[in-house]
Amino acid sequence: MTEDEIRSAYIEELVRVAPDLDPAEIAGSDHLQDDLELDSMDILNLVIALNQRFGVAIAEADYPQIATPDLAAAFLAKRV
Amino acid sequence: MAVFKMPSLGADMEAGKLVEWLVKPGDTVKHGDIVAVVETQKGAIEIEVFEDGVVEKLMAELGQDLPVGAPLAIIQAPGEAAEAPTQTAPPVAPQAPAEPAAPAAEAAPPTAPPAATPSGIAASPAAKARAAELGIALESLTGSGPGGAIVLADVEATKPAAATSPAQDRGAYLAEMRKAIAAAMARSKREIPHYYVTHTIDLSAASDWLSAANADRPPEERILMGALLMKAMALAAREEKAVNGHFGEDGFTPSAAIHLGLAIALRGGGLVAPAILDADKKSLQDLMEAMRDLTMRARAGRLKSSEMSMATLTFSALGESGVEAMAGIIVPPQVAIVTAGAPGLQALVREGKVIAAQAVTLTLAADHRVSDGRLGSKFLAAIDAKLQTPEEL
Repeated sequence: MTEDEIRSAYIEELVRVAPDLDPAEIAGSDHLQDDLELDSMDILNLVIALNQRFGVAIAEADYPQIATPDLAAAFLAKRV
Repeated sequence: MAVFKMPSLGADMEAGKLVEWLVKPGDTVKHGDIVAVVETQKGAIEIEVFEDGVVEKLMAELGQDLPVGAPLAIIQAPGEAAEAPTQTAPPVAPQAPAEPAAPAAEAAPPTAPPAATPSGIAASPAAKARAAELGIALESLTGSGPGGAIVLADVEATKPAAATSPAQDRGAYLAEMRKAIAAAMARSKREIPHYYVTHTIDLSAASDWLSAANADRPPEERILMGALLMKAMALAAREEKAVNGHFGEDGFTPSAAIHLGLAIALRGGGLVAPAILDADKKSLQDLMEAMRDLTMRARAGRLKSSEMSMATLTFSALGESGVEAMAGIIVPPQVAIVTAGAPGLQALVREGKVIAAQAVTLTLAADHRVSDGRLGSKFLAAIDAKLQTPEEL
């Protein structure tokens, strides 16, 4: 998978966790908590979804690595 | 024969719009079944029925705005004659919105309604509103949201080009919710003499235990600090009964059951606080699962009527990136709310020395008609004590 494909898949899962987000308006640099207003429960739900989709283990210590679509795409691309 | 009425889904609800019937005349229903979906300022709420019987007649039309207490259906108790005398539907009286139904918690069933298989079509409020506006039947859509719920994007994907922007719809919806919150909180501040007690709790033991417990767990089984705080609070509420219950016309009625409301912030400024029933009896894992499920459904706009009306005490947390402390406003007819600032490193004094330790500052706002600062202080101290032995939670 390319980074772009991973980024799209990440945004798909993100919108599933937070259905009131508009995928067209999510920028690659948007921060889950600061810009998109996700709380810790949403982030856990997203981690579960990403784990199921990519089969990549995301430890709690790695959460900062998936905090924006761009960061997550780079992080996941190395592990998929 | 019972008239099934529009329930009160919280102090800030005056009316709801019936958007979906999930039963028809002749259907057998039992306690806890979801029979209708009502759109409120808090989103779409699944309405449960609280008695067993057979639906004799539906008395409300889809799309109707109905005040709390308006008759929705007639339900015949089991064993009643099938041919009940036909009666004309009482007109929907334009009654003044009643005070929120008297505390129902003490009569509440000891167990949560069965987690019914999702019936009907799950869709977010924004998606419903948009679909209705565009004249698209929800049945014709495939949902991509949690549990297959239809979300705004699914509706937008099928819409004919050019229409009003969904941002406007959502803006109007949130403005309505803001009005409802304002009305309920203004009433709370006007009628409830609040007092506040604040306490900072050392979370070293809890966070060490949590890190160790989460280290080897798959994400599905991870527990958040919020679940520990809620469990400690639920257990402490067993000891200090004057914070858990409802204040009605006859004064305070403590509740034996501890149904903890969880405040969930919605994007754009909305807030809902659905209840986790019997939070004190749930294992940490089950409580965490309930919190996760509730958050997902709050986001998708699919909460249940029991969850909206049965909370006996509320918890509200700012989350990890918030500030140090927050004082809450009691949700009537409840008598207390505990708010948590963001957990993080704070300067604590231990054995005469200042150390940096994981800590959280809790603030209790409680009803002075029912308790006072001494009791409030004992309640927060009890939460503190429980968090020092996290393995027992």
